[in-house]
Amino acid sequence: MRKNQVAVVGAAETTELGVIPNASQLQLHADAALNAIADAGLKLSDIDGFATAVETPQQVCHYLGIKPTWVDGTSVGGCSFMLHVRHAAAAIEAGLCKTVLITHAESGKSMIGKQPRFTPADSLNGQFEAPYGVYGPPSMFPIPVLRFMKTYGITHEQLASVAVVQREWAAKNPRAMMKDPITVTDVLNSRMIAYPFRLLQCCLVTDGGGALILTSADRARDFPRKPVYIMGTGESVETPMVSQMETFNSSRAFKTAGPLAFKEAGIAHKDVDHLMIYDAFAHLPLFGLGDLGFMPYEETGKFIADGNTRPGGKLPLNTNGGGLSYMHSGMYGMYALQESVRQMRGIAPAQVPNAKISVCHGVGGMFAASGTIVFTNER
Amino acid sequence: MAEPQRARPKPTPETQHFWDGTKAGELRLQRCDACAHVYFPPRPFCPSCASRKVSVFKASGKGFLYSYVINHRPAAPGFTPPYAIAVVELAEGPRMMSNIVDCPQTPEALELDMKLEVAFQELDDKISLPVFRPAKG
Repeated sequence: MRKNQVAVVGAAETTELGVIPNASQLQLHADAALNAIADAGLKLSDIDGFATAVETPQQVCHYLGIKPTWVDGTSVGGCSFMLHVRHAAAAIEAGLCKTVLITHAESGKSMIGKQPRFTPADSLNGQFEAPYGVYGPPSMFPIPVLRFMKTYGITHEQLASVAVVQREWAAKNPRAMMKDPITVTDVLNSRMIAYPFRLLQCCLVTDGGGALILTSADRARDFPRKPVYIMGTGESVETPMVSQMETFNSSRAFKTAGPLAFKEAGIAHKDVDHLMIYDAFAHLPLFGLGDLGFMPYEETGKFIADGNTRPGGKLPLNTNGGGLSYMHSGMYGMYALQESVRQMRGIAPAQVPNAKISVCHGVGGMFAASGTIVFTNER
Repeated sequence: MAEPQRARPKPTPETQHFWDGTKAGELRLQRCDACAHVYFPPRPFCPSCASRKVSVFKASGKGFLYSYVINHRPAAPGFTPPYAIAVVELAEGPRMMSNIVDCPQTPEALELDMKLEVAFQELDDKISLPVFRPAKG
């Protein structure tokens, strides 16, 4: 895909984030969509392309009254929205549609109008993982951690520092769920969830949503907000079974999607001013830093523990507070994208001064899928 | 009220031989007749070279502890926390999720790379589940 041909011209989250007991999941989609449409200065009738995950495009389009000529229902977990951005950019460039709305919403905490996740007993996961007591992401996602730690000499303290640093970012963000400062000791003394991970190394569970509007870069100049260009994109999937990953020393999906996006953007790591790595759990930023090629895996834990990703550090990472402290509805990728867009617009609560390139890297399932978007505010 | 049960696997035509094997006290894997690739989970073709000529064989049942978590909460139905959810690398190459039995469920006792051997836990008259215990000797 050619770089900077498509731009984000509308971006918004739901009016509220956190615990939202007065709206169904479908209504949260609509709330985010209406906010993004207002942000872009558009009417619903201007939308001719639509993408969403978990909920079907027909469900959300009907509810909103949108009549699309292009739809994408790619649903590969929390990074689905990165893939939607990639697919939408390709569709706009190919002339299949002009203005794409991407929505995410999840009543992850209040569970209103949300289908429970279910693993059929005759699926591969149902036969070869469920009988061993996996029960929700905390029991599955951290399974690779001990191997990763042993291979690369990563310490428990370094993995705890991920949560500490992200809480520093969250403290600057009025919309973050958790803002009180924490220490490495606090993290290591918090309630055990699934060894080696404790409560503060696991993401929040909240309600919320977000929406993006994309159009061609040529049209983007006529919109009220500063356009944020899609500079590079990548995607991949590996396996729905964490036990069947090629290795626990890296993620194949990350290693495919990330470098693809960097190559398409034509950037080097030193060009990156701002970075989002989807942090459902504390090990993901370490995998991300290594798999995206920022540094050798051995250095990732020390890099974060030494403060390089904290406010004022040389590589600002997860500047909204991340899934650990900002919010996590279950499919957090949309919120990572929203923060990248805010940073590129220059309006983030914890704005990185003069940031021109933002890399936004997402994960779906338990390392099952990945999507990476490189954004820029310069064309 | 009946105790909540642990999740029971339900075989499909492609996996039936595996569950027949565990019932008979064998851990069965598949090997590609064309490229010799050994793979898991079961399927009637080779995921490496796409050949449909594959054979089922009895694996050694030996392996080592590749990684794990010790789950504290929430516990799955039928499990008493804390319990380890492990991934075992088999001597033949493939990895599989399992539980480690006859071993304290602690970080001290569960050492990465420790040698393991298969055992079978009968869940009901149809399903026996392969689990692993520290290898003897």
